[in-house]
Amino acid sequence: MSPQRDELPNLELTEDDIAFRDEARAWLAANVPAEPLPSMDTADGFRAHQEWEARLAAARWSVVSWPQEYGGRGASMVQWVLFEEEYYRAGAPGRVSQNGIFLLSPTIYEFGTKEQQDRWLPSMATGEVIWAQAWSEPESGSDLASLRSTATRDDSRGGWVLNGQKTWSSRASYAHRGFGLFRSDPDSTRHHGLTYLTFPLDADGLLVRPIAQLDGEAGFAELFFDDVFVPDADVLGEPGQGWAVAMSTTGSERGLSLRSPGRFCAAADRLTALWRSHGAPTAFRDRVVDAWLGAEAYRLYTWGTVTGLVTGRSIGFASSANKVFWSELDVALHETALDLQGPEGERFSPWTDGYLFSLSGPIYAGTNEIQRNIVAERILGLPREPRGAGA
Amino acid sequence: MRFELTDEQRGFAASLTDLMRSADAVGAARAWAAGDKDPGTRLWSRLAEQGVTALVLPEDQGGLGGTLVDLVVAFEVLGHGLAVGPWIESAALLPHADGAMITAAVPPLAPYAVDADVATLASGTAGQTLASIDTTRTLVAVAGPDEIPADAVDRAVLAASAELLGAGERLLSDTVAYVKQRRQFGREIGSYQAVKHQLADVRIALDFARPLVLGAALGDVPVSAAKVMAGDAARRSARTALQLHGAIGYTRELDLGLWINRVRALVGAWGSADHHRGVLAELLREA
Repeated sequence: MSPQRDELPNLELTEDDIAFRDEARAWLAANVPAEPLPSMDTADGFRAHQEWEARLAAARWSVVSWPQEYGGRGASMVQWVLFEEEYYRAGAPGRVSQNGIFLLSPTIYEFGTKEQQDRWLPSMATGEVIWAQAWSEPESGSDLASLRSTATRDDSRGGWVLNGQKTWSSRASYAHRGFGLFRSDPDSTRHHGLTYLTFPLDADGLLVRPIAQLDGEAGFAELFFDDVFVPDADVLGEPGQGWAVAMSTTGSERGLSLRSPGRFCAAADRLTALWRSHGAPTAFRDRVVDAWLGAEAYRLYTWGTVTGLVTGRSIGFASSANKVFWSELDVALHETALDLQGPEGERFSPWTDGYLFSLSGPIYAGTNEIQRNIVAERILGLPREPRGAGA
Repeated sequence: MRFELTDEQRGFAASLTDLMRSADAVGAARAWAAGDKDPGTRLWSRLAEQGVTALVLPEDQGGLGGTLVDLVVAFEVLGHGLAVGPWIESAALLPHADGAMITAAVPPLAPYAVDADVATLASGTAGQTLASIDTTRTLVAVAGPDEIPADAVDRAVLAASAELLGAGERLLSDTVAYVKQRRQFGREIGSYQAVKHQLADVRIALDFARPLVLGAALGDVPVSAAKVMAGDAARRSARTALQLHGAIGYTRELDLGLWINRVRALVGAWGSADHHRGVLAELLREA
């Protein structure tokens, strides 16, 4: 071997990338609200966030990786990560539309008809229609294949009749439309015979009951379906193929699996500043350093993933390792900030708000226990744990 | 953001891996610990012929002019295969073209010269010989060592980090293989969630230490970041490996302990986690 400098195929930024990043940075600096918006899980905060999303969309920053015709910029993955880094560095608000943009839209792009794409994507991009996910049921959380809510065929009306109950439905208290899986073949078990349906949250027969979260706000809701009719036009993908439709995009590169490092880098910077403002106490030295290290590791890991994706590799099951890492980092980072403040840390602040939010990370999007099983079985190749009856 | 190794780097790693396997590096390490340095010295020469000691030496000094990423690639293999001899000193701290075994003490980070009983001491006077927890390393006290430039010391810290990463990977893969065949209560122990989750955590720790080691090689983060994260990940891998092997892992007859003790030695050498966290804290304090 004759190694030479600069031999590593660098994923260097192009002039376009740099211009894109600079434009985003300038726009965000001029437009990010000076004061944090109220929680999006309150009625006022929800509206304030919708207004922010509309402003983002008007400048075409709300869905940069989408095609132009649906409000995006056709940005590359590299540019998408650059934008996310700028977004969080600028301290911009969390996205009330995230369930639609990150969880649903990849599925609409892959399985939706042109008519569905035209009907749903533009209003998602502007934040006019906010989507809520309705996966979990009272007896079906991480074991999603055990869900029991039903969709019954109604040929006379050309659609499906939904019955049953969904729970832990994020944003559903204020959102406009929902999406989820329903059992459309009563004789089916597990992941067979499921259909992916979308529905308006103010549909006849649909009761939305808000559930207060740890922070007291109605971020969740329960949904009770009592003969709710959904026309065929609102079915996503083939009836009975709901599992494949849902799973094909859960590991989506642009979805939650590739959680932007910007958020954690920005939080680590704020933590470091907080530590300095308290006189950089030695007792917190290691925890502050570890939070910074975690954020740096996550940033570099993400760029490694992006490099791999750009050079044609798929993200695979690494998204599970990723999820455990960032969710635990987020909790540690916020706990350190609160501990550093001593008794003052009890007072409600952006830190307590962020802390409560971080506590949900190891639970949602597949608990960390499930993610560790996936890492062990799919990456390390360990034998599957015996599952219950019907497995 | 430049984390794809070249085909050439992968090929280099594969050739070093093959060489160590065919030369029975572990057998050489056991002989080395027992006082027979011949197999280890022969392996050293063969690795040196591949250019390992000259890897990051500039071409105008007869070296290969490799990057720090090349260095990291090589040391991960050395850690994975349990190479014996003062490699960090000879290939990272004081790289040279003739393949000689060179060692040095760099107090306070590396207060003893490793293997000065067989290697040439670069500076100072050799004193008392001391035992290491890693029986494949001999520690020699040194009086009056010269000051070594900071960039050379940084290279040594980076090499130690990469070696830890390699050792951590080896401990993980050996443990994964073990829990797939060891049975208790009628099933492979690797099918139990309590075992799976520990190994998943090791996989995650190593996955997130690697970008910091590469990042340090690329100059994106201080080498201290690499040493802390690689050391923590390797330590977790070692502890988990021993725990999941149970009593057999605690014996000398199994090779596992050689890596466990190597990890412990390298976690302390070239700056402890506490030292390097202190370095990073100073940077954050001034930021």
